[in-house]
Amino acid sequence: MSYTTILLSKKTRIITLFITVFALSTFKSFAYEPNEDSLKKAAAVAHTETETKKGFDAGKLITEHIGDAHEWHLWGEGEHAVAIPLPIIIYNKKTGLDIFLSNKLEGGEVYKGYKLVENKVVEAEEGLVGVNDEVENAATGNTNNIIDLSITKNVMSLLISAFILLWVFLSVAKTYKNRVGQAPKGLQSFVEPLIVFVRDDVAKTSIGPKYEKFMPYLLTVFFFIFINNLMGLIPIFPGGANLTGNIAVCAVLACFTLIIIFANSNGHYWRHIFAMPGVPAWVLIILTPIELMGVVLRPFVLMIRLFANITAGHIIALAFFSLIFIFGEMSTGAGLGVAVLSVAFTVFMGFLELLVAFLQAYVFTLLSAMYFGAAIEEGHHAHDEHHAHDGAHSAAQIDIV
Amino acid sequence: MMSTVLLETPLAQGVAAVGAGIAALGAGVGIGRIGGSALESVARQPEAVNDIRSNMILTAALVEGAAFFAMVVALLVVFNK
Repeated sequence: MSYTTILLSKKTRIITLFITVFALSTFKSFAYEPNEDSLKKAAAVAHTETETKKGFDAGKLITEHIGDAHEWHLWGEGEHAVAIPLPIIIYNKKTGLDIFLSNKLEGGEVYKGYKLVENKVVEAEEGLVGVNDEVENAATGNTNNIIDLSITKNVMSLLISAFILLWVFLSVAKTYKNRVGQAPKGLQSFVEPLIVFVRDDVAKTSIGPKYEKFMPYLLTVFFFIFINNLMGLIPIFPGGANLTGNIAVCAVLACFTLIIIFANSNGHYWRHIFAMPGVPAWVLIILTPIELMGVVLRPFVLMIRLFANITAGHIIALAFFSLIFIFGEMSTGAGLGVAVLSVAFTVFMGFLELLVAFLQAYVFTLLSAMYFGAAIEEGHHAHDEHHAHDGAHSAAQIDIV
Repeated sequence: MMSTVLLETPLAQGVAAVGAGIAALGAGVGIGRIGGSALESVARQPEAVNDIRSNMILTAALVEGAAFFAMVVALLVVFNK
């Protein structure tokens, strides 16, 4: 194929022209750069500066913000950082329980024989007091005798959201008691549609007539995930912790779902896993391991989905803000220019995250409900009987009416 | 063995980025198809719009889950340097 045939198409010609012009213009701008040497010098200076001042590390910032911490960072960097200290509770196998505030360990200091290395409490080696070489201590820092029960940022966030949930639901429950038969008012009008939504669109449709048994769990998990997702979106103190984006929290929620599936599963459910009816024996050799894996895989995917969605939301917001500083290090003008774009994008992503906060709570609840529905589902025979019974029941009702 | 060799090279980071990009491509195609089909079905049956919308969002979330699997793997590669 010769080049002329490619150039025959009008579209390709325009694209080729565009690319050529673009390439030439970029080469030109490089070629006509008036003071290339001074630029190189500036780059070299900037390079040494970033080496001495350590520059801006977006990766470190993001991992610090989405991770857990022993203090609740508010603002500022390094020496000027303002943070709320959180209690560190340590059970030492040798010396027993130690409780103190995390600001005692600030800046790598040693207190009661403990120190913080990369946000982990470790036992400081004896004789090493004060600020030490971190790398050396990371190697010698010993966590073998320590059980860390500290109230970290995530635990604190969990307690705050638990408190908010209790306050919301206790006050709503009180209003229901006081206003029987009246239209909902205040917080009631916010909570009632959500509860009715979970009951009608999630539980009833996916579990069936026996849905009531599962409502407490479904509502708890829905509101827990929803409120923690929303708290994660608030950038300042009561929010900002990445709780539902912590894989341990998601794993515990998924384990609850798994345990409830096991506790309620009937023979029909297990028969369909171990020996699918109407399937030849040689297929079962392949099918049964897959079905068994599916039992564990479903909660596992629940965990990963929630974790990844919320963590991705936090990373995107932080990455857009990091862009400002990455460009700001090149030149102030570029930083300011990018700032406008990044803030606009972050606001847009913020709205999307509001949707995701609700959606992930909904998806987790809905999938849990579907798994419960599959676990308690009766065989087709029993199902038909039930329908027949229902029909008879409604017929009887009509008779009475 | 292979994974440790791969993780220790700086290449791993670039490949992780490419992997995340491909995952985004897959999710884009998936969600696009869901959205397209949902629009078609709404055009055919406008009265079923509520059912279709909720199912569309649910399926999109499921597709997204698959993409996030890839993203988590890519993140693990990038952060475990």
